[in-house]
Amino acid sequence: MAHSARRDAPELPDFSLLKRLARDQLIYLLEQLPGKKDLFIEADLMSPLDRIANVTMLKQHDVDKLYKVENTPIFSTCDQICFLIRPRIQTVKWIADTVNADKAAGKFRKYKIIFTPQKFYACETVLEEQGIYGDVSTDEWAFYLLPLDDDIISLELPEFFRDNFLEGDQRWVTTGGSALHLLHSLFGPFSKVYGIGRCAKMVYESWREQVEESEQKAQKSEIGNVFLIDRDVDFVTPLCSQVVYEGLVDDIFRIKCGCVEFGPDVTTADKSMKVMLNSQDKVFSEIRNEHFSNVFGFLSQKARNLQTAYDRRGMDIKQMRTFVSEELKGLKQEHRLLSLHIGASESMMKKKTKQDFQELLKTEHSLLEGFDIRECITYIEEHINRQVSMIDSLRLLCLLSLTENGLLPKDYRSLKTQYLQSYGIEHLLTFANLRQLGLLVEQQPGDALTAMESKVGKLVNDKTAEKLTGAFSSLAKKSNFRALSKKLALVPKTGEEYDLRVPRDMAYVFSGAYIPLSCKLIEQVLERDGWTGLEEVTRMLNGNEFVVTASHSGADARFKTDSQRIILVMFLGGCSYSEISALRFLGREKGYKFIVLTTAIINSARLMEAMLDNHV
Amino acid sequence: MMRSKPDEDDYWNSSKCRAFTFDDDYDELSSLKESKRAVNSIRQFVVDEDEDEDDMVKVSWSGEPIGSITWSIKETASSTKQEQSFPKIDSGPSLPRQGSGYSLSSLFKAAQDPYAIAFYYLINSNLDLSGVNLSLPGGHSYGDSLVFFIPSYVFFFFFFFFFLQFCSLETFRSLKDKMQLLDQAVCANDGNVITAVCTHVFLQKYFLQCKLEVLSRELMSRDVALRHYIHYLKEMGEQKLLVELFKSLGRTEDMALLQYREHLSIKDEVRRKEYLKSCISLPFPPDDAGHVQDHYTLLERQIIIEANDKHLENKGQVEVFKKHPRKASILNMPIITTLYYSCVYHYGESEGTYSSPANIRSTFKISEKQYLLTALSARAKLKEWLDVGSLFTTKNWLGYTKKRSPIGFHRVVDILHKNNAPAQVLQEYVCLVEDPNLKISLAQKYKCHDIVIDMYKDQKDRQQLIVYQGKVERGSPEDKKIQDILNNTQIRWKN
Repeated sequence: MAHSARRDAPELPDFSLLKRLARDQLIYLLEQLPGKKDLFIEADLMSPLDRIANVTMLKQHDVDKLYKVENTPIFSTCDQICFLIRPRIQTVKWIADTVNADKAAGKFRKYKIIFTPQKFYACETVLEEQGIYGDVSTDEWAFYLLPLDDDIISLELPEFFRDNFLEGDQRWVTTGGSALHLLHSLFGPFSKVYGIGRCAKMVYESWREQVEESEQKAQKSEIGNVFLIDRDVDFVTPLCSQVVYEGLVDDIFRIKCGCVEFGPDVTTADKSMKVMLNSQDKVFSEIRNEHFSNVFGFLSQKARNLQTAYDRRGMDIKQMRTFVSEELKGLKQEHRLLSLHIGASESMMKKKTKQDFQELLKTEHSLLEGFDIRECITYIEEHINRQVSMIDSLRLLCLLSLTENGLLPKDYRSLKTQYLQSYGIEHLLTFANLRQLGLLVEQQPGDALTAMESKVGKLVNDKTAEKLTGAFSSLAKKSNFRALSKKLALVPKTGEEYDLRVPRDMAYVFSGAYIPLSCKLIEQVLERDGWTGLEEVTRMLNGNEFVVTASHSGADARFKTDSQRIILVMFLGGCSYSEISALRFLGREKGYKFIVLTTAIINSARLMEAMLDNHV
Repeated sequence: MMRSKPDEDDYWNSSKCRAFTFDDDYDELSSLKESKRAVNSIRQFVVDEDEDEDDMVKVSWSGEPIGSITWSIKETASSTKQEQSFPKIDSGPSLPRQGSGYSLSSLFKAAQDPYAIAFYYLINSNLDLSGVNLSLPGGHSYGDSLVFFIPSYVFFFFFFFFFLQFCSLETFRSLKDKMQLLDQAVCANDGNVITAVCTHVFLQKYFLQCKLEVLSRELMSRDVALRHYIHYLKEMGEQKLLVELFKSLGRTEDMALLQYREHLSIKDEVRRKEYLKSCISLPFPPDDAGHVQDHYTLLERQIIIEANDKHLENKGQVEVFKKHPRKASILNMPIITTLYYSCVYHYGESEGTYSSPANIRSTFKISEKQYLLTALSARAKLKEWLDVGSLFTTKNWLGYTKKRSPIGFHRVVDILHKNNAPAQVLQEYVCLVEDPNLKISLAQKYKCHDIVIDMYKDQKDRQQLIVYQGKVERGSPEDKKIQDILNNTQIRWKN
């Protein structure tokens, strides 16, 4: 589209290899249990599995029937049962119940549990406690990486976020390291690793140890640089409403594993339809990164072109034949896609109008800017009072707390009370979680100084700063958003016109109101080739930054050029589509190619839902 | 709630704002509509829709044939040694370390038992990506003990747990040894190992026998290990142990929340209510204690109201239950939902009854604004416009009535509109909006033509009036009214 893309951007590696690898390994594991067997699959593994295998393939390897794991008694007549699950206690307990029920009924079967991507110690404890340790064989399917698109790879582990950041359980660190190791051995060697965050450091260490212990083929490096970033470095970005097409589709329809289900209101048929959203979709690939306001213009232009292309009055028979055999199929496909995305745009527009989206956005922008905070609080209050979306209210409260470095005790108490009244008192548990994570906190009496610090933008001198950080390190993590925003110029000056059709920086993904902090950090570090000059920023982000260079024997210096501009960004705890769009923009501007490796695709709703505790 | 389609179109077109917004955008949506028409118009060219069904990428367990499996898992493992290394960075918590990290010597200076060695390998080994065993050289002596080399990660694991299960922790009897083992596990960063070591170091039997205070003192300084252990206990459902642990750690609030959380698993409402009652005395901070008290009171009231209303509904003598049958039980609903419910079914009851809005309002200290919003939507839903009116009516000391609202009348209008209020009701409240710009845009949005026309007339804005005439139906009373005003030669138009 209208972007002045740099022509010399390098090609992306072909990640379809990852799918083949995972599939072959699964087949190998299935063959370890010869003969007919029924396969029980964990619900959230079905979509990832769909991407790499199919029923025929499973049938060829003696899978008789397929079931979804549903925590209810099973009705299988097969004498061999295989469970394909995530390493979750709940599921293992259910399996144990199943096996014990069979035992009680005098049924004899062979059981096999395949944990993916790995098994946990706690799972085996359950098997042991339930007395079925020897009756069930276990295996691991190292299915770490699922390519969702040419430049997105997902670990499909949404629980990574809660386990790591809220519970403080580091069980997924090795998984992260192994995922990185797999990419390194197939597309590496990497030459430089940047990172920020406690988890990022640990993943790096885990990966480094694995590299040291394994051997690697001397190969041409396809990915040169790696950037590891913890989600808790930037909570503000994923909490903002998304307005780039792909992000908006995710916010409204929820993209699952690169696939979305459009309801009858979009398809204008009587049934809903599942659609893959990736670069294969020619219409989608052109609008996915666009601000929603540009999408209409593009779609109507496209529609006009299509109309012209179809209009073949005055063709003779021969021309007609070539048209039908060569062009018609392509045009028909384009036509389908176009009407689908027009339908989606229309439906999104209607939904957003109904919920007063414009006002919501205004509030978000005011919060980011630190402007009219009282009015924002009133708006949030009313949002809560009217019992509008429980998740949206929570999200706004978190944004308020993050951008203001905590709520005033008076506001905190009043908003919390109203929230509990509107959405249920059991949300006490949610508030406890949010406080633990530092997403929604009350300003402490000692915070006055820190609040002032963020207003001024920097401290008088570094020594005071160190003393301060030391003094408050015991408290929940501070977001320091306002000071960071000033330092990194995340919020453009108000009053300036921002032409969303010709974006000038990454702020376009949020209507020109805010440059995503995570992406800005990546930009700065790549530009400076390290963290030099960003000391103040990293201090406000609680440190844990690093940059390491491989000490290699000069042999691969010749591979340097292209792979150096391919950067693998690993988000530990998930990233949003808006961040991916911003990175794509940055890549086009600077001649990089970014590959996003994430533990899961998140958005504000998923992030908030992970904090809920009101289910058993 | 739902607006009809032509209604919506009209709304889009009537906006004067030109910049892109999600609220009102004339240009963009009409161009979208246009493109939709264009695309639809060419549908006729598209023969047999079904035929190219497969052009769309379908996501299902399709039965398409697959290619042969060419990739043997072993292939990926063949390799040559890499000439590259990365520096180590300090990623673990800063614990006193002896020597370089977790070398054998630092770990087990005194103890040289197979368990220790297994542990060493456990934390140093990793999963080979292809699942093929890594062959390591066998036999290597360290100090004066023979160290076993085991061929794969899986086996390390087995080896490790074999010893954990069949050997007692003889060599880790002292608290100091246990803690040292734990610290080494934490240094390895692998949560799985930390959990494993935690559970074995604090074997539950040992845990309960040991003085909790001693243990918690050791644990308090080992935050990482502690969090793993807590998460493990949570996942395993070891409620009692967890409560004890929190208690001995002095984390009373966590303990209280944990116990409070249990109410979610109690399905029977009477038992749940009793359980909540027992939660009130838990050591919550003052604010939360109040909320828990509210929770108990709420459920207690809901049980009474539910029983009563169910009875009334079944008898079928009360009008409101017949006209608006209850869709769901009120049990376990939030306070505001309960208030809404009582505004629907028990409006006007005296404050003495539990089910009356007034009682709920005062029991749970609901703010005036909140009460108003809830009562407004409930009464509007029932189309009780008189009740709606009286919500805002105040008398001053001279006896004049006046309409006053703490929430801004534009909000009131919005809520009324969402509840399908008729035009004349809407008009009444649009009139009360103070800000003239807001008023006129609301009037346009909700088609209160008289207000719009009168306002333009008062502003002497002929141009706007002409524009507006284009938007009303030709020949309608509004159209005529505008025409009359435009024909009126006595008005001095400003444009």
